[in-house]
Amino acid sequence: MPQPNVLILRAPGTNCDVETAFAFEQSGGQVEVLHINRLLESPGLFAKFQILCIPGGFSYGDDVAAGRILANQIQHHLADHLAEFKAEGKLILGVCNGFQVLIKSGVLLDDKSQNGPPATLTWNDSGKFEDRWVQLDVKGSKCVFLNDIESMYLPVAHAEGKFVTRDADVLAQLDGGEQLVLRYLSQRGDEPRGSLGDVPYPDNPNGSTADVAGVCDPTGRVLGLMPHPERYIDPTQHPRWTRGETGELGDGLQVFKNAVEYFA
Amino acid sequence: MLWEVDIYPADGQPDLIAREVADAAAQLGLGAQLTVIAARGYLIQGTLERRQVARLADELLADGVVERTVVAEVGDAELLNAPDGCRQVIHVLPKPGVMDPVAQSALTAIADFYNGDFGGNFGNATAEAVRTLKKYWIRAMSDEQIALLCSKVLANDAVEQVIVGPLEFTHLEVGSPYDFELLTVPIREMDDAALEKLALEGQLYLSLTEMQTIQSQFRLLDRDPTDVELETLAQTWSEHCSHKTLAGRIQYEDPDGRRRFENMLKETIFAATVKIRKDSGEDDWCVSVFEDNAGIIRFDEKYNVVFKVETHNHPSALEPYGGANTGIGGVIRDPMGTGMGAKPVCCTDVFCFAPPDTKFEELPPGVLHPRRVMQGVVAGVRDYGNRMGIPTVNGAVYFDPRYLGNPLVYCGNVGLIPRDMSFKEPKPGDLIVAVGGRTGRDGIHGATFSSAELTSQSDTISGGAVQIGNAITEKMVLDVLMVARDRRLYNAVTDCGAGGFSSAVGEMGEKIGAEVQLERIPLKYEGLSYTEAWISEAQERMTLSVPEEKWEELCELCESEGVEATVIGRFEPTGRLVLKYNDHQVADLAMEFLHDGRPPVVRDAVYTPSDVVELSPLPGATVGSSNRALHTAGQAGSGTQFVDLTDSLLKILGSLNVCSKEWVIRQYDHEVQGGSAIKPLLGAANDGPGDAAVLRPVLDSRRGIVISCGMNPRYGDLDTYHMAAGAIDEAVRNCVAVGADPSRIAVLDNFCWGTTDRPETLGSLVRAALACYDVATVLGTPFISGKDSLNNEFRPEGASEPISIPPSLLISAIGQVDDVGRCVTMDLKEPGNYLYQVGLTHDELGGSHFALVELLEGGRVPKVDPAGAKKIFAALHQAIDTGLVRACHDLSEGGLAAAAAEMAFAGDLGAKIMLEKAPCDCDPADAVLLFSESNTRFLCEVHPDNAAAFEAALADVPHARLGEVVETDKLEILGADDSPVIAADLATLKETWQKPLRW
Repeated sequence: MPQPNVLILRAPGTNCDVETAFAFEQSGGQVEVLHINRLLESPGLFAKFQILCIPGGFSYGDDVAAGRILANQIQHHLADHLAEFKAEGKLILGVCNGFQVLIKSGVLLDDKSQNGPPATLTWNDSGKFEDRWVQLDVKGSKCVFLNDIESMYLPVAHAEGKFVTRDADVLAQLDGGEQLVLRYLSQRGDEPRGSLGDVPYPDNPNGSTADVAGVCDPTGRVLGLMPHPERYIDPTQHPRWTRGETGELGDGLQVFKNAVEYFA
Repeated sequence: MLWEVDIYPADGQPDLIAREVADAAAQLGLGAQLTVIAARGYLIQGTLERRQVARLADELLADGVVERTVVAEVGDAELLNAPDGCRQVIHVLPKPGVMDPVAQSALTAIADFYNGDFGGNFGNATAEAVRTLKKYWIRAMSDEQIALLCSKVLANDAVEQVIVGPLEFTHLEVGSPYDFELLTVPIREMDDAALEKLALEGQLYLSLTEMQTIQSQFRLLDRDPTDVELETLAQTWSEHCSHKTLAGRIQYEDPDGRRRFENMLKETIFAATVKIRKDSGEDDWCVSVFEDNAGIIRFDEKYNVVFKVETHNHPSALEPYGGANTGIGGVIRDPMGTGMGAKPVCCTDVFCFAPPDTKFEELPPGVLHPRRVMQGVVAGVRDYGNRMGIPTVNGAVYFDPRYLGNPLVYCGNVGLIPRDMSFKEPKPGDLIVAVGGRTGRDGIHGATFSSAELTSQSDTISGGAVQIGNAITEKMVLDVLMVARDRRLYNAVTDCGAGGFSSAVGEMGEKIGAEVQLERIPLKYEGLSYTEAWISEAQERMTLSVPEEKWEELCELCESEGVEATVIGRFEPTGRLVLKYNDHQVADLAMEFLHDGRPPVVRDAVYTPSDVVELSPLPGATVGSSNRALHTAGQAGSGTQFVDLTDSLLKILGSLNVCSKEWVIRQYDHEVQGGSAIKPLLGAANDGPGDAAVLRPVLDSRRGIVISCGMNPRYGDLDTYHMAAGAIDEAVRNCVAVGADPSRIAVLDNFCWGTTDRPETLGSLVRAALACYDVATVLGTPFISGKDSLNNEFRPEGASEPISIPPSLLISAIGQVDDVGRCVTMDLKEPGNYLYQVGLTHDELGGSHFALVELLEGGRVPKVDPAGAKKIFAALHQAIDTGLVRACHDLSEGGLAAAAAEMAFAGDLGAKIMLEKAPCDCDPADAVLLFSESNTRFLCEVHPDNAAAFEAALADVPHARLGEVVETDKLEILGADDSPVIAADLATLKETWQKPLRW
């Protein structure tokens, strides 16, 4: 199998780059971790990679707003290069802070209208950072990264992960386009899987509209998600592995395998 | 021009800042009157025009989906349109000179707009300064209420300024130039009174003897010292840097006789490690102890691990957020500055506060409310640790009214270092390189920046006596440090902590000599004197010793990631510390005098045992209820007549020390770096209390490190010897409970005590240190690092006696497991499994939580039998390691009953326990068997198929089968005479345990 080249893009404050690189390596990717400054100096570096991942962390401290400053740098200096990257059929993944960057830079939800950005990730309803595990439901079959995954159990760890759209039309459009690919699910087994947006806290950990945990672009090749798939690629990362509640592999590993296998 | 951008939640979006203020105000009793609308904002100074600022507001500062903005020049009426009838406006801004990371980042991000000029037509417009602000609109409150709201909720005077009404200034202060003037101190002519006055007023905190030593030295040199020479000596000789009290001469006396210590720490704590290492011979797994910034032990074939725990108590008392923030930031730099630099892999945090329900009217003036202290401290640790990407995996929170004016904040950090990088050596001729944050007036003289100095040096920039950290600066330093280390671009590294460059350069150059050009130190703003630049304790700085030929490569590496690196001097083989400011020499001290010239401190210490008194009601306790409790404890009357003790158990579970700390734990990222194996919260609903955390620091290996702690200040009220012994036992048994190998556990000591000038206070500390030696040598748990913080006392205004904290010894433990897959957790797993108590119960209710909640005093303090403990730990480890144990929980606060309840509700399974066979060596009174806090005990769940093997493994140590796991939702415990003493459903137990700190 040819090994796709994976670019893990880090910035000051990125802090999940090592374990994300490890997850891609475990999945067969050829990984390189590069500082944003290298790409600003030589945007041509993008050409050799098939997969771009912006990992979790606090880029530039999340000062001003989560992911905002890195998003602006990308928007100002690298937007054309990323458009080309997408147009060539390559893959882009943003995890947690990476999701915040993708959405705020316009890479994920390109919106040409004059009404401003279509959606954002803002402060959790709880008003604070929280680390907890969530049950996720995969909707539709559009997203390359979620191929053959029905559901996942993964941790979230963020303060600004509440997905909000500009208005109901945007939400309906994203839903219609099968772009709202990951939803928080109620963890109480006896509760029926309800309609959009009725999963209570803390199963929906941040108050996201329509319980959205992850969104893909219209092509399904760009995914942003708040939960951390790289934090569950080993059975002992499951919070209840001592109770026998884990598989041989972590749920998150398949996300990385799907990306690598896409180029097989 | 000075622009203001106010950012409000858009219509229909929650106002989270206002909600937080309203909650805090409600606790103050101001809730009913308060309607508040909040905005966050920016002040931007520069040559920008309105449309440019508006564009920054839209594309950078605010989020158009959920926020709306108001942009105008400061003073413009548009900024003062009262929303929703709230007419009173309050602005809160960081004081000038106080770290404002968001403003700093915003300024850089704004530059990206005009430098790139992305169709925004910025032309030559630039921004030169930014400050953040918060703006609160209040409906109808009296001036008095507003003043109360400002001081108690909206701002902290230590770091923030409040402006009620419109902002009236028109520009932001950015510092003013410094004119060099050499200051000398005419110490040679001073009499003793003048010397003492100088020590006090100059904030040198040196004793008269020490001042006299300095005086003779300069008389010998035939000149007066400069201010910076005196400051350097004072810092090097300070308690914080030299531990002169505990490492000093102590004349100790107790009923066994007198003992004179030449160096108390060396003869107790260090001596234990020396003995253990000697006894281990070839198998010695300590690498570097009590030498470097953190202790180093062996981990695997490739790596060693390092561990350090620090305290940051006084800064946290003044400014809880900043104090804890820089506490964790500081201790992370310790492993980074150990050997050639370790990679931090996890943090620990232990806090001591006064009860958060303390009444506002009972607060002495100048004391922050404990709830606010706790919220600030947790937020400070959260924001630094999370941003650094270091999981915070273990901790504890203790409450006692005596921590009111003097909370304790212990921060720890574990790092991973390649074995061949564990030692360092600066070389003569190496460049002295400062890396990281710039230097400002932050933290000069620790937390005691005097107002006199403030006005004499600058009337615009107030010295930040208390600091706020900037985690991202430190993360950037860490990123380049690891690369530079692996490329061998330096010979040594250390952190700039207390004492700043003075301490870092002084220590690194101790054996060589150093010359520093102080004007080269990069400053945050103009106006610092040479002395301020030298002694500032500004955060996020490291010092490297760099061979000249490596400088260029290091410099390029740092530049490539936006990290500032500056050559400030050179290690010159002169044996002297020479400081220059441009062409002026401002200091010339012999390293030998600096490091070895301090006269020894000699102190008296005395310990007088108090008589053991029987458990008895506290004065003022309701006699009926306490007597009932006493009765069940086998005292006050005959036998163990049936009494239901469910209520006592509920009170213990709902007590502050025992109750769930989930509110704290969830705010910390405990899984970043991907190595989490046993989490702090676990069980069927991910919310049970784990004994210790386990993580895999190397992702492609199964080997794990185990982190736990032990502390119980309540026992110290009875006897600090047994308190210390118990703290070691608790830390070790927490490690062992999850599967750590007891022959590979290292421990750290952190003594926080009252004023040790009093012989009896120092005596209680020496006694604790003696216990540390006795227990550690038998258990084989070497001390590898430690730190003390003395003088933790607080004198309320007008009070004659200070309030001293209780003796607070924190023991942190670091254990190891070969395979994290063999670890166990404390939650019950399966109905039908047996429950065993391991270890012996004694009649030891003194200092217990049973005594606390039943308002009893006296009683026998739990003691440790080190030899017995060693056998129990080894036997239990054998059982766990061979897979015989399904769940294991240590017995500590609340004893057997609390442990059983926690295991049951964490596993969502019932338990039935019979006390009849509980291993004990005393009258089997129910309350004793249930609630005694005797050391070295566990409750284990074992599958019936493994019962025989488990019993065989524990054959030589006390153990007994007490009951089993049942498929009910109840905890049932039968007393020694078979009558029910505890019966409660799991939901009630859990709710009682979760409720108190579910904020």
